[in-house]
Amino acid sequence: MKWLAAIGRPVIGLLAAIGRVTLFAMQTVHALVRAPFYLREFGITLLNIGWLSLPVVGLTAVFTGGALALQIYAGGARFNAEAVVPQIVAIGMVRELGPVLVGLMIAARVTSSIAAEIATMKVTEQIDALVTLSTHPMQYLTVPRVLAATLVVPILVAVGDVIGIFGGYAVATGTLGFNSAAYIRNTVDFLELRDVVSSLAKGGVFGFVAATMGCYYGMNSGRGAQGVGRATKGSVEAAAVLILAANFVLTGVFFSI
Amino acid sequence: MIELKNVHKSFGNNKVLRGVDLVVERGTSMVIIGGSGTGKSITIKSVLGLVTPEQGTITVDGQDVLQTERDTFLAKFGMLFQGAALFDSLPVWQNVAFRLLRGSLKKPKEEAREIAIEKLRRVGLTPDVADRLPAELSGGMQKRVGLARAIAADPEIIFFDEPTTGLDPIMAGVINDLIREIVVEMKATTMTITHDMTSVRAIADNVAMLHNGIIQWTGPAAEIDTAHDPYLQQFIHGKPDGPIEAVR
Repeated sequence: MKWLAAIGRPVIGLLAAIGRVTLFAMQTVHALVRAPFYLREFGITLLNIGWLSLPVVGLTAVFTGGALALQIYAGGARFNAEAVVPQIVAIGMVRELGPVLVGLMIAARVTSSIAAEIATMKVTEQIDALVTLSTHPMQYLTVPRVLAATLVVPILVAVGDVIGIFGGYAVATGTLGFNSAAYIRNTVDFLELRDVVSSLAKGGVFGFVAATMGCYYGMNSGRGAQGVGRATKGSVEAAAVLILAANFVLTGVFFSI
Repeated sequence: MIELKNVHKSFGNNKVLRGVDLVVERGTSMVIIGGSGTGKSITIKSVLGLVTPEQGTITVDGQDVLQTERDTFLAKFGMLFQGAALFDSLPVWQNVAFRLLRGSLKKPKEEAREIAIEKLRRVGLTPDVADRLPAELSGGMQKRVGLARAIAADPEIIFFDEPTTGLDPIMAGVINDLIREIVVEMKATTMTITHDMTSVRAIADNVAMLHNGIIQWTGPAAEIDTAHDPYLQQFIHGKPDGPIEAVR
């Protein structure tokens, strides 16, 4: 029976963890529609997640778009399909690479920062202090961060999509000999409304996942520096895996028919 | 009046509180002493509702702490945390006026700032500290800011968690004197947790010694030196030999 216990224990642990995270996410959604709303905290977080993430999002997207153009050109040349570079760069960036890369960048930059900040607040009794000052930590810390991320990540995804396509355009017109006007026309003509909507929807979901994981791990961190470290690492791992899993599900929802 | 009756609290297999009975009369200063890990912090966190006991009742002015409306209940309290627990991202004055800037005690920003500066002055800090961030202050100054925050909304009950830990003897004396002055001036009911016997003698009206999850001894501060409880005598004289094991 020992082998059964060895399998059962982690499975039960995993299910319990999924339950706790789900409960936390539901409490967060409930708190989103409940007073009070801390506008200042929301504004600061919006700036931190949105504006300050632009450089990393932009750089990631431009290099990815450029590399994608080179890969498609090289791959397409094997069967005389080099001309599809604008279309595939556009569809690749908007449907998949834009939202996923922005989501993962947000997980690396924002989830880790939220988890470390809240975990440090917990370790230094600042969370307890909030409670004694009649301020609910969920309303004051979690709601502004989750709402800001859910609203601003789709905008970052849109920016990432555009910059990624520009990266492909710059490489294609600069080094691969594509005509500028034709490249832009092919890109615009090929994209559908569904592509853009799916991209933005993924951004919203990934933003929610990234901020919720940061808050969850921060609020449930262990003691001391090691507790903060574990919370930060765990939050990024969980956010990255959940973003990729959510991406698979959303791609199925938008494009399986 | 704060009353704890048969309060039990465990964390896993670790039974921290095993039936705490304690009464803190209105307007008096109760100091809880005891070794590390004996449940002193859990006792005051239970009163605040930060942890929920498995057994027993805690009442404040006759009201069960778990049955009260939280915002109104917590508005009665101020607390100085061991490490001050100041919010890093907010300037000092907003830390002090935190409660006055939101919730049921909300005041206009200018008024809240004035009150914060007045409270900072009360704890011996000049107004130029108000716009600094907590990280720019020394440990003693942070404790004073924490004290100013604890008294900002003129609470009826104030808790002090290890108010002098980590401070040099002179700064510890300053904090002890401030606490005593403020408590007398505000006629507040207070509970203080400390290991520091100098603090006990400076702050306490009454003393309770927590050991092994129960109140081992309680009585007026004036009687601690003459009491015959061996646990109390070992603790206040810091002797390694006695009923309290030196290694826990």
